Amino acid sequence: MTSNVLISVSLVYVAFLFLVAFGADKWAHAGRGAWLRSPIVYTLSLSIYCTAWTFYGAVGYAARSGLEFVTIYLGPTLVMVGWWWILRKLVRIGRAQRITSVADLISSRYGKSNLLGVIVTVLAVIGTTPYIALQLQSVTLSLAVFGAEGSGAGLVTADAPATALWVAAGLAVFTVMFGTRNLDVNERHHGVVTAIAVEAVVKLVALLAVGIFVVWGLAGGPTDVARVIEASPISEWQLDSGRWVALTFLSAVAFLTLPRMFQVLVVENVDENQLATASWAFPLYLFLMSLFVVPIAAVGLARLPEGSNPDLFVLTLPLAEGRDGLAMLAFLGGFSSATSMVIVAAIALSTMVSNHIVMPLWLSLRQEGASVSGDVRNVVLIARRVSIAVVLAFGYLYYRFSGGGEALAAIGLISFAGIAQVLPAMLGGLFWRGATRVGAAVGLIAGFTIWAYALFLPSFGPALFSPEMMTHGPWGLGWLRPQALFGVEGMAPVVHALVWSMLVNAALFFLFSLVSFPTPLERLQGAQFVNVFEHSQARRGWARGAAEAEDLLIMAQRIMGGAQAQALFRAQAAEQGKSGYLPDTTPEFLERLERQLSGSVGAATAHAMVGQIVGGAAVSVEDLMAVADETQQMLEYSSQLEAKSEELARTARKLREANEKLTQLSIQKDAFLSQISHELRTPMTSIRAFSEILRDGALDGPAQHHYAGIIQDEAIRLTRLLDDLLDLSVLEAGQVTLNIQQAALGAVLDRAVASANSAGEGRVLDIRRDRAREDVTIETDTDRLAQVFINIIANARKYCDAAEPRLTIWVSKQKGGLVIDFVDNGSGIPAEAEAMVFEKFSRLTDQQKAGGAGLGLAISREIMNKLGGAIAYLPGQGGAAFRVTLPSPEG
Amino acid sequence: MAGPREPIFLGRETYRRRRLIDAMRLLPVAGALLFLLPLLGGGATPRSTALGGIYLFVAWFGLILAAALFVRALSRAPDGVGSDPLEPEAGPVSEADESRDGPGPEGR
Repeated sequence: MTSNVLISVSLVYVAFLFLVAFGADKWAHAGRGAWLRSPIVYTLSLSIYCTAWTFYGAVGYAARSGLEFVTIYLGPTLVMVGWWWILRKLVRIGRAQRITSVADLISSRYGKSNLLGVIVTVLAVIGTTPYIALQLQSVTLSLAVFGAEGSGAGLVTADAPATALWVAAGLAVFTVMFGTRNLDVNERHHGVVTAIAVEAVVKLVALLAVGIFVVWGLAGGPTDVARVIEASPISEWQLDSGRWVALTFLSAVAFLTLPRMFQVLVVENVDENQLATASWAFPLYLFLMSLFVVPIAAVGLARLPEGSNPDLFVLTLPLAEGRDGLAMLAFLGGFSSATSMVIVAAIALSTMVSNHIVMPLWLSLRQEGASVSGDVRNVVLIARRVSIAVVLAFGYLYYRFSGGGEALAAIGLISFAGIAQVLPAMLGGLFWRGATRVGAAVGLIAGFTIWAYALFLPSFGPALFSPEMMTHGPWGLGWLRPQALFGVEGMAPVVHALVWSMLVNAALFFLFSLVSFPTPLERLQGAQFVNVFEHSQARRGWARGAAEAEDLLIMAQRIMGGAQAQALFRAQAAEQGKSGYLPDTTPEFLERLERQLSGSVGAATAHAMVGQIVGGAAVSVEDLMAVADETQQMLEYSSQLEAKSEELARTARKLREANEKLTQLSIQKDAFLSQISHELRTPMTSIRAFSEILRDGALDGPAQHHYAGIIQDEAIRLTRLLDDLLDLSVLEAGQVTLNIQQAALGAVLDRAVASANSAGEGRVLDIRRDRAREDVTIETDTDRLAQVFINIIANARKYCDAAEPRLTIWVSKQKGGLVIDFVDNGSGIPAEAEAMVFEKFSRLTDQQKAGGAGLGLAISREIMNKLGGAIAYLPGQGGAAFRVTLPSPEG
Repeated sequence: MAGPREPIFLGRETYRRRRLIDAMRLLPVAGALLFLLPLLGGGATPRSTALGGIYLFVAWFGLILAAALFVRALSRAPDGVGSDPLEPEAGPVSEADESRDGPGPEGR
């Protein structure tokens, strides 16, 4: 078979891929591509994990170290099978936050920090470029095999670098055509994904075909293959535990962090059901891909001449047996592996470079800000296209200058170890809210540095690190030997670098996260990521700003395209109940817009652009406080309401009391009026009757005198009643003027006792006093006080029902002031009447007997109030007892 | 007791699903153990590549089979295979939600 035929077939195959991609794009655009979103396509697109390095290299690996090659597949198998742990969350976050790449994920999680975006982007470019070179090499090598096998004067063998250049250029064209067709990641790269799915099928079929041919065609069945393996140099399984564990771990990590894997796993994912199916289907794919690796290696070692390159057994075995068709299929399989990886890696890298390096630079260089007119989409697209070309050019240059030898084959694992440095920041960001930007940056930089020093730079050979430095360390510092840091020897270089870089990376990430303090936006994003399943929308990144909806529309049109942006704005306006295209710039709307934009240009850039229009930093502490304040205000408002309603209740209670009092007063007034009319009427009646008798004049002298006496008594009684009433009304109105003077209490009591005893005949009251105790000087209106005492003593004379009435006057000093108790030995006042004794016209016993109007105690109470003291009935003293309290003279 | 036994626990479906998820979470751990088992003997005693390979591939295939069965069992749920009864937002974000737009379903 000539290389010309080979090249023609390759070109036809590439044209077919173009057609597939084109068709799929068209179908998806027309909305008919439901099958494009099927889990099978998604699973097959994941197969870019198996690059040419695994397609050809796995057999080579197996030929050198037996079963160890499976570790590269076991890691991803574990990650996929455990999808519920990490991938499910990653995919959910990717969709909720419109993540565009690994760099975007890290940047977005840590407060949309562009610094982290740049770090991860640089890391990814450095880690991926050699890998792209490796793919170019595999394509040229496989072409060279055909060249050597065929005429020997083929186009390909003549100029391998030229072939590599052609391949790189072709891939660049394909990637630009289908990878940068649209900007919004929401309209995923259906064309590319479908083409990759087709390539996945081709490489699986190719490898299975070669495997089946080897097992049943060459060896004659499984048992014979087993015998061949037993007889081969790899019959013994040399299990290096360190490498086994480290490589399994490394491949698992790389599966998560490789930019191209992230692209197909998260960015191109349209449905979580895809992930569920892929969780078993992709491991199955890997299983089938590696099923025949050991047999091919063993048979190749047995059949092919000594010294032939085991990396190419997949091709050389069929060729040696004269199976040109099979060899062609194998070649296409390898070609597919190489191209699909390069395409996706280039898309992923170009997204990162344009979003995290070009766009921020462009934004900061253009002073006009984000709201000027003009289509930014062109800038982004051109940036991506240029990035793709540059990435491929880097790959090609690396291939040219590394010499394309055996050294390149080792680059696969080195590349894995480099990009694995993203792991702590990624997992920490997904599961730990305390992870901070500073921690992530320090961890990444440290891990990256160690990786570069211990693994990446030494891989360039003596040109960079001299053998002397490798064995003795730089400047003779033994503990700094690149492959034996801190004197740890005996590990494979990959394992050594992986252990050190991951340990230091994770430790610093953790440490610096603990001691640093996150910005508000970081904390918001952290909560969004870690709790993505609890709430995927509660984020409030924007405070209500003075953003003009029109400016935002202009900017959105430039990034998303006119129709799409207008549709978004219109829908939002309609949701707010407005017509037209300009909704209110509420925080929710800004949030939504930013997320839409981040699908095109990445979270950090979208945030910066919206920030330029909204003005200033997106989230300040004040904004957070404002959110907190809202709650606070609500609380305050409700507590105010509560206070008000309490006040109302209090007022109502007072009103009710006042009303009751008024009602009582009204009743009291009625009672008073009826009482007073009764009191007035009784003496008036007798006066009228007796004055009539006197007028008739039919009476003798003594009788006349008697009747006139009665009339006078009744008149005196009336006068006294009126005097009392006047006295009471004056006292109650507070119009009384007090005549304050100093006097001994004893003297006042003497006066009162004398006065009370002289007032009428009555019974003799035995008054007992303790004169020594009464020797107190008081300062008060002594006349009024005497009036009170007279009243009490007179009452005792009148009402004490004992056979030998006795009144004890007892003076004592208490805390409240001077206390004078008047206790008689009568039966006292019944409990139910105690409350009534101080009321006007209250008389407990027979009216006639009392001979008063019942105003005495009422007047006494008023007097005592005026004097600042009190008078109260003292129950439980064995008789009627009144207590008069005077304020203490000391004050 | 007469008659057929009624399930007492009403949220039986939810409970079963939770346990299923628990079991599935254990799958990668089981897989890691299976893949690391050959290390137990240490590198001292060399083994046959053929036999070791058969062991690895059988374990591998078993793992894939288990994963497939779990996904099959999980996909019977009305909310979709990726839904977790404990999470407030039932069901994954679907394409329809996304085109309606991003912040997710309203009214929560």
